[in-house]
Amino acid sequence: MAEYQNFFSRVQVRPPVYVGVPLSAGVWRRQGKGSFSYWLGRIGDAQIGPIYLGTLGLASLLCGFIAFEIIGLNMLASVNWSPIQLVRQLPWLALEPPAPSNGLHIPPLNQGGWWLMAGFFMTTSVLLWWARMYRRARALGMGTHVAWAFASAIWLMLVLGFIRPLLMGSWGEAVPFGIFPHLDWTAAFSIRYGNLFYCPFHMLSIAFLYGSALLFAMHGGTILAVSRFGGDRELEQIVDRGTASERAALFWRWTMGFNATVESIHRWAWWFAVLCPLVGGIGILLTGTVVDNWYLWAVKHGVAPSYPQVFPAVIDPATLPGAQ
Amino acid sequence: MNPSILRAVMLGALFAIAAAGCERPPTDMIQRGYRGLAMDQVYNPRTVAQLQSVNTVPPASPMVDSGGPPASSVYHNLQVLNDLSVGELARLMVAMTAWVAPPDQSCAYCHGGADMANDDNYRKVVARQMLRMVQHMNSDWHTHVGLTGVTCYTCHRGNAVPSFVWYQDPGPAHPSQFAGNRAGKNAPAPSVGLTALPNEPFSEFLGDEATNIRVVATTPLPQAPGAPIKQAEQTYGLMMHMSEALGVNCTFCHNSRSFTSWDSSTPQRATAWYGIRMVRDLNAHFLEPLTATFPADRKGPLGDVAKVNCETCHQGVYKPLFGVSMLKDYPELAGPHAQSPSQ
Repeated sequence: MAEYQNFFSRVQVRPPVYVGVPLSAGVWRRQGKGSFSYWLGRIGDAQIGPIYLGTLGLASLLCGFIAFEIIGLNMLASVNWSPIQLVRQLPWLALEPPAPSNGLHIPPLNQGGWWLMAGFFMTTSVLLWWARMYRRARALGMGTHVAWAFASAIWLMLVLGFIRPLLMGSWGEAVPFGIFPHLDWTAAFSIRYGNLFYCPFHMLSIAFLYGSALLFAMHGGTILAVSRFGGDRELEQIVDRGTASERAALFWRWTMGFNATVESIHRWAWWFAVLCPLVGGIGILLTGTVVDNWYLWAVKHGVAPSYPQVFPAVIDPATLPGAQ
Repeated sequence: MNPSILRAVMLGALFAIAAAGCERPPTDMIQRGYRGLAMDQVYNPRTVAQLQSVNTVPPASPMVDSGGPPASSVYHNLQVLNDLSVGELARLMVAMTAWVAPPDQSCAYCHGGADMANDDNYRKVVARQMLRMVQHMNSDWHTHVGLTGVTCYTCHRGNAVPSFVWYQDPGPAHPSQFAGNRAGKNAPAPSVGLTALPNEPFSEFLGDEATNIRVVATTPLPQAPGAPIKQAEQTYGLMMHMSEALGVNCTFCHNSRSFTSWDSSTPQRATAWYGIRMVRDLNAHFLEPLTATFPADRKGPLGDVAKVNCETCHQGVYKPLFGVSMLKDYPELAGPHAQSPSQ
């Protein structure tokens, strides 16, 4: 007979819908009565909803919808309103920021004005969603860790699309809204500033990115490995460490001499994830404003090694007499 | 349908979609720079085989005696090649007919009527200018074409108009004043390797008023306002064109850790630098002066003549025709030193 043991169990429980803790008095109630999804139950909790929309959530969705529409309709206009071409060319299409000559002025709609407007509504939407996350966490009496982790990602977004263009004095420095175009922009940005891989903040960001993946794999692997002893039941493990936590701790002490605790592993993970966009944003902010060529900066400070020259010496032809 | 079959079909379809943009292995990697620098050239042997089958040199016709009467004493209105003998001139004309003219039209493609000296056919005027151009390239641009040189065939390959030329980009067919401005980019453009980069970097960099290609800062810290990122994208587009036109990776010329540093670049970068200047020279001094000569149906949508870029000669190969010199079989195309082109 099947047993309900851990979250990899194939058994899905179907209790009455749990509507959550009572809400303090307010205008908004939770929306919907809640339902169950078998397929979502395969990867998480089978219960869907009820959801709390709220003023902030509604305003955020509205702003997000406006930004999405501005970007999408501009893309559709750029293929002469052909839905087929929109689908075919979608990865290439973009809403482009104003030309560099525009500076920080408000340009005509079709010369970057739409971009500025889409950026405004997208930013507003994201900030409202942040406030909603913060407020919902407080309403449940939780800490606001998730909101602050989200704020770290918002910081990077604001640096790329708002703060750095402001400091550089041109909206044209910002990122286009588009799939390939924003990747081309990223490559062009790195090339223009002499290779971003030599920016120490970029290095740190990569270390935290890969470190996050490593920590996630270590933590996920550890808990799954001891879930047969109830390791996934965190509450019980905290109250009474029991054999699952003991084994998980022993495993890491044996293999690398040190183990994180049930609590500290989550601080490790939170800080690695938060620091990834945080230091990345610092690197972007310094690029062009404080440092103009990261490769030359790294050579100057002894970071970039030199390699043996395997080709005959190459001289810049532009420095030779008679160069055009 | 059986769920497991359905799952297998869906997985297969997902894989096919994901792999559609990929080239199947094996590929050949050729190390160029110092070890550990990733300065490899990646070649797909199937693509190389296809290029090798297309980029072949036609057999040279037998050499003829340079003695005998000079062509200029027999023919009238001979403004170029007038130091050749009658036999040599005839040999070159036959070769040019095979290289350029449609087979069913032969000599008459350029020489209308019985009077070979007549200049009424615009194609003859163009051909004369092109002969001056080829001689100019072979005598004044050794920095790019070396002693391998070029002939009409390097670009034409049997076509009246070379397969790879460029015209100014007229922009989208249905431009809207209100929304959907592509800003000259954000379209899958073959000219820049199907990227979303600026579609037509040629007017800016290879036309007669060329802007500076270099966008990377030359000092560690900012000294003066540098190039905007959009300008870097423009350069990036041109570089994608060069990469596609030559069938090479960035690292054929650059050490990608610092694209701008000459001391870590390969000698090919200097060759390419001269190539860019050569293309500008040819466009400005030989092709654009033909604007009044060409009929409208030979011009681009904005009324400009067909112009050259890297692909016009290279056609996907790092050295046109894999470096085989046709010039040694047609030495008259190496000189004399070109007279000033007709303006």
